[in-house]
Amino acid sequence: MRVLIAEDQALLRDGLTRMLTAYGFDVVATVADGSELTERLLEVRPDIAVVDVRMPPTFTDEGLRAALAARRQAHGLPVLVLSQYVERLYARELLADRAGAVGYLLKDRVGDVRQFVAALRQVAAGGTVIDPDVVARLLHGRDTLTELTPREHDVLRLMAEGHSNAAVAEQLVIAEKSVNNLINTLFAKLSLSPSTSHHRRVLAVLAYLDGRDR
Amino acid sequence: MKQIRSHGRDLGWLVVSAAIGLPAPVLLFLLVASLPATVAAGLGLGLFAAAVWVTRRLAGLQRRRAAAVLGAAVPASYRPLPAGAFARLRMILREPATWYDFAWLACQFVVGVVCFVLPVALWLGAFQCVTAPVLSAVLPEPTGYDPLVLELTGRSTVLSWVLVPVGLGLAVVAYRLPRPLVHGQARLAAALLGPTSKAVLIDRVGSLTATRAATVDASAAELRRIERDLHDGAQARLVAMAMSLGVAEDVIDADPAGAKALVAEARAGVGAALTELRDLVRGVHPPVLADRGLAAAVEALVLDTAFPADLDLRLDRRLTAPVEAAAYFAVAEALANAGRHSGATRIQVTIADTGTALHITVRDDGHGGADPAGGTGLLGIRRRMAAFDGELRLSSPAGGPTVLNMELPCAS
Repeated sequence: MRVLIAEDQALLRDGLTRMLTAYGFDVVATVADGSELTERLLEVRPDIAVVDVRMPPTFTDEGLRAALAARRQAHGLPVLVLSQYVERLYARELLADRAGAVGYLLKDRVGDVRQFVAALRQVAAGGTVIDPDVVARLLHGRDTLTELTPREHDVLRLMAEGHSNAAVAEQLVIAEKSVNNLINTLFAKLSLSPSTSHHRRVLAVLAYLDGRDR
Repeated sequence: MKQIRSHGRDLGWLVVSAAIGLPAPVLLFLLVASLPATVAAGLGLGLFAAAVWVTRRLAGLQRRRAAAVLGAAVPASYRPLPAGAFARLRMILREPATWYDFAWLACQFVVGVVCFVLPVALWLGAFQCVTAPVLSAVLPEPTGYDPLVLELTGRSTVLSWVLVPVGLGLAVVAYRLPRPLVHGQARLAAALLGPTSKAVLIDRVGSLTATRAATVDASAAELRRIERDLHDGAQARLVAMAMSLGVAEDVIDADPAGAKALVAEARAGVGAALTELRDLVRGVHPPVLADRGLAAAVEALVLDTAFPADLDLRLDRRLTAPVEAAAYFAVAEALANAGRHSGATRIQVTIADTGTALHITVRDDGHGGADPAGGTGLLGIRRRMAAFDGELRLSSPAGGPTVLNMELPCAS
């Protein structure tokens, strides 16, 4: 799998390159400056791009904006955005084009190597991965969610993080069939149309949660 | 001898003062005359402008003279003149200082003449009284130009002799009088020609607004720097460590040696991250400054400097934390500058507490040529100091030495 890494800090850039190479990825390009990132993304067309939000020259959200610009031209270009802080606004901007194949994770997550690699593969396959922190913040203090049972709450959270039914079942240690049932009642309670496609399901959940917030 | 010379100077001062006041009738007449003349022919505008111009010159001269006498500046408080003759005229008309100037001129005319005539008359009187016996001997018969004393005493010998001590008394008065007169006139000038209390307040508010904005700017920039340092430093290291440890955890069974290397790498990262955090904390607020105060913190600072330093710290009390921090960072910046730019081999740091202000001097024997406008460091010190009404003076001629003088008010 061809990877592009956009990270301005040499320490992390090298670390990521080494790690991903060790896990069988093919790091085809590294970018250290935000101003050339859009161009490089469109030129290289990687199977997955790992992009740091904050990059030179402005050291603000250069990386995110470059990734969004590239995705406007190359619909659904798989991008996993890493950030030192989770910002719900950024997650929304990434999800706004509803094309899938996006991820938004805290930088800390790279420490959990297996999960990080799994997230990369999921995004490359067109899935959506949103950091548990963002999801937790979306779920937090939402009174319309009080009618959900704790179990349903867990399912909602895991779904919003981008897990498949099988993965949800595995994490909650229940049968996949029960997960299906829980999801159906859940969607009914939130008046969302049930959906099978993986990232569309995530989007539905997130759109619902985010919409309640505004 | 010295006293006589100083007395002479005072008399001279009074003469010039009287002269400064002399044009008053003309100028005030011009001022009054300019009004009907303006209505009639527009000529009055020129007259008015001329009167203002001359009055401002005279006032400026007296301001400088008064400042020399009082030992304190008597600043003018004219607002800057706008472009365009008409706008200028409006500004001058609405400027309170213009009318204070004219009021001063009227007073100065009267006061100046009186203050000149009085000592001269006293000296003349003293001279006549003291010399009365001689005069009556030299001029025994009435003449057309008799001095006043002879007419008053009627050439009585006894009375003439009695007048001698009176004359001496007059001489003492005449000798003593000019000093208070000079001071009185200087005070008059300071009161009428100096800035009004409103102008002083406006000025003060202006400088407070400027320093407040600078302080806010400086602290915002400082916060941004800290955030950047954390992001690029400790945070990045921690992420890299997490990555190493994560990989190590994953491969520990399959490749123990590789995992060991990764753990060692992570441990090195911990050390580096701690160092960075420590440096950052020291940059935000040095622990030794918080624990022991300014004098000890400066001593500690000097210990870290690459070249020998002479310390003269006359400070044995704790100041408020913001003042201590401002002084500390000022010294730190000065030392850093000396180390970086001046090529100094020796440095001298003096801190003296006068009770109301802290005087800090940092002097190095480098090659000088430091530009007070260049470099953000000096600007940063100035900003920090300005927030406390502190001052910074830099003297750095080419060839050295560079001397940085700072004064920081710190009333207890």
